[in-house]
Amino acid sequence: MNAPVQPGFDVERIRADFPVLAQQHRGRPLVFLDSGASAQKPRQVIQAMVRSMEERYANVHRGAYRLSEAATADYEAARAAVARFINAADPREVIFTTNSTAAINLVAHSWGRGVMQPGQAVLVSEMEHHANLVPWHMLRDDNRGIELRICRVTDAGELDLEDLEAKLADGKVGLVAVTHMSNVLGTVTPAARIVAMAHAKGAKVLLDGSQAAVHRRVDMQALGADFYAFTGHKLYGPTGIGVLWARLEHQERMPPFLGGGDMIASVTLEGSTWAEPPAKFEAGTPPIVEAVGLHAAIDYVSAIGMPALEAHEHTLVDHAMRRLSDIEGLTLLGRAQDRGGVFSFALDNAHPHDLATLLDRAGIAVRAGRHCAEPLHARFGLEGGTCRASFGLYTTEGEIDYLAEALTKAREFFA
Amino acid sequence: MFDDLRDLYQEVILDHGRKPRNFRRLEDADRSARGDNPMCGDRMELFVKLAPDGSIADAAFQGRGCAISMASASLMTETVKGKSPSEAHMLGDRFRNLAMTGTCPECGAELEEEMERLQPLSGVHEFPSRVKCATLAWHTLNAALDGGGKEATSE
Repeated sequence: MNAPVQPGFDVERIRADFPVLAQQHRGRPLVFLDSGASAQKPRQVIQAMVRSMEERYANVHRGAYRLSEAATADYEAARAAVARFINAADPREVIFTTNSTAAINLVAHSWGRGVMQPGQAVLVSEMEHHANLVPWHMLRDDNRGIELRICRVTDAGELDLEDLEAKLADGKVGLVAVTHMSNVLGTVTPAARIVAMAHAKGAKVLLDGSQAAVHRRVDMQALGADFYAFTGHKLYGPTGIGVLWARLEHQERMPPFLGGGDMIASVTLEGSTWAEPPAKFEAGTPPIVEAVGLHAAIDYVSAIGMPALEAHEHTLVDHAMRRLSDIEGLTLLGRAQDRGGVFSFALDNAHPHDLATLLDRAGIAVRAGRHCAEPLHARFGLEGGTCRASFGLYTTEGEIDYLAEALTKAREFFA
Repeated sequence: MFDDLRDLYQEVILDHGRKPRNFRRLEDADRSARGDNPMCGDRMELFVKLAPDGSIADAAFQGRGCAISMASASLMTETVKGKSPSEAHMLGDRFRNLAMTGTCPECGAELEEEMERLQPLSGVHEFPSRVKCATLAWHTLNAALDGGGKEATSE
């Protein structure tokens, strides 16, 4: 069905690691094309979490007993694994959150409300996921005198860098908060260039890496950004754990987001002082088992190797572009030069929800709707939404062929 | 590949979905309401014109949505014409029952003919994520009849 992309990358062997992919749906194999919403989990992740709970579980950073020390060691080992995975200069730059949304809200609160000054602006783009738009609406509407600017997206679905430059020009932008890879268009944004443009105008940069961290090798020291957010569950890890990478000097300046246990240095009835970063931003019992799961997921993709994953995805993207472009009546959203394995599309004679129901009957799981990016769909005149197929490391060219065949038949069905 | 989906997408549904009846704005409407399914982007505006005796003289709608939601709104506007508001409410209750369970135990009684007309939508009960597509129009009708200007959702 498909040739190995490069020596050592065997998609069938990878698929065997994912128990859910063995499922049949009405006598047909499951074709899971919704990894962009949440990816499936390999046995290695599931087993690591089970082992954590069966053998090494207690609360962290508290008990002076063996189990708590083991759980603390595992939790901090996960932080170190994340730091290596994204080439952070220091593990303390890694703050565990519950997901990307929580990571971005942390920045909106602790940097936006805690550090930014009246008269400054936040600059986002038209292609943001609601997670990187709504927190900034809330900041703007908080009567702090912080403006929100929106960078346009070109018809090809790329960030309009001229518009970005124009909106940075007056030097009032304090923070540029943009996606590193669109969850709708698949567009990979030129992050290093955005960082250079923003820094030249005195603005900090937050990259929403929810999609990018799964599809590309991301290197914090090379990117040079200020904040980077991503989530575990799209990276073949569990739900309930996300990451905010933040420079230590920024963490020092930021007030805490949530208050509670584990984030304090000392507490009296009158007041408290904060723990050192990153503990300052990890109030309450953290997602301990989830951190172990994320660590296992990082080990899993690292063993395959991000270059091999990128090469596999590149093959899938080229194949999908070819197969989907051939389908009569199908509009593909976005034609970015640099793109990952996310394809949003609309059929001329079927509403996305009707189409998704048909594809589901064929065993194909796609997302229908506006994928938490309502303004972007409005930008492209597709208020009714699109269907989205998004690939994972277990996706095959054969599955894309099957999707193409199903789309052709769906169009006949509604003819 | 999709033959068994003809139960859901019967010809009458596809026909009403493609060419919804009463798809227009009623400029002299006595009642109107908006319906919105924010999760999927379906959106409609429903207009009702009342006769002197309080019955529904005319019903029409505009909006966008999937074949199921458009067909349901289209069939609804045809079905409720001439009905009193209380009959329309009763039809709505029975229809929601039909959409959720595929059956309508009370349908043998009055309004049998009307429920017969809505029967093609009963296949939606097998698709839990699509039931709200079929019921949006009826939620919107309730909102219009119970007091104009309200926004209905079938979430």
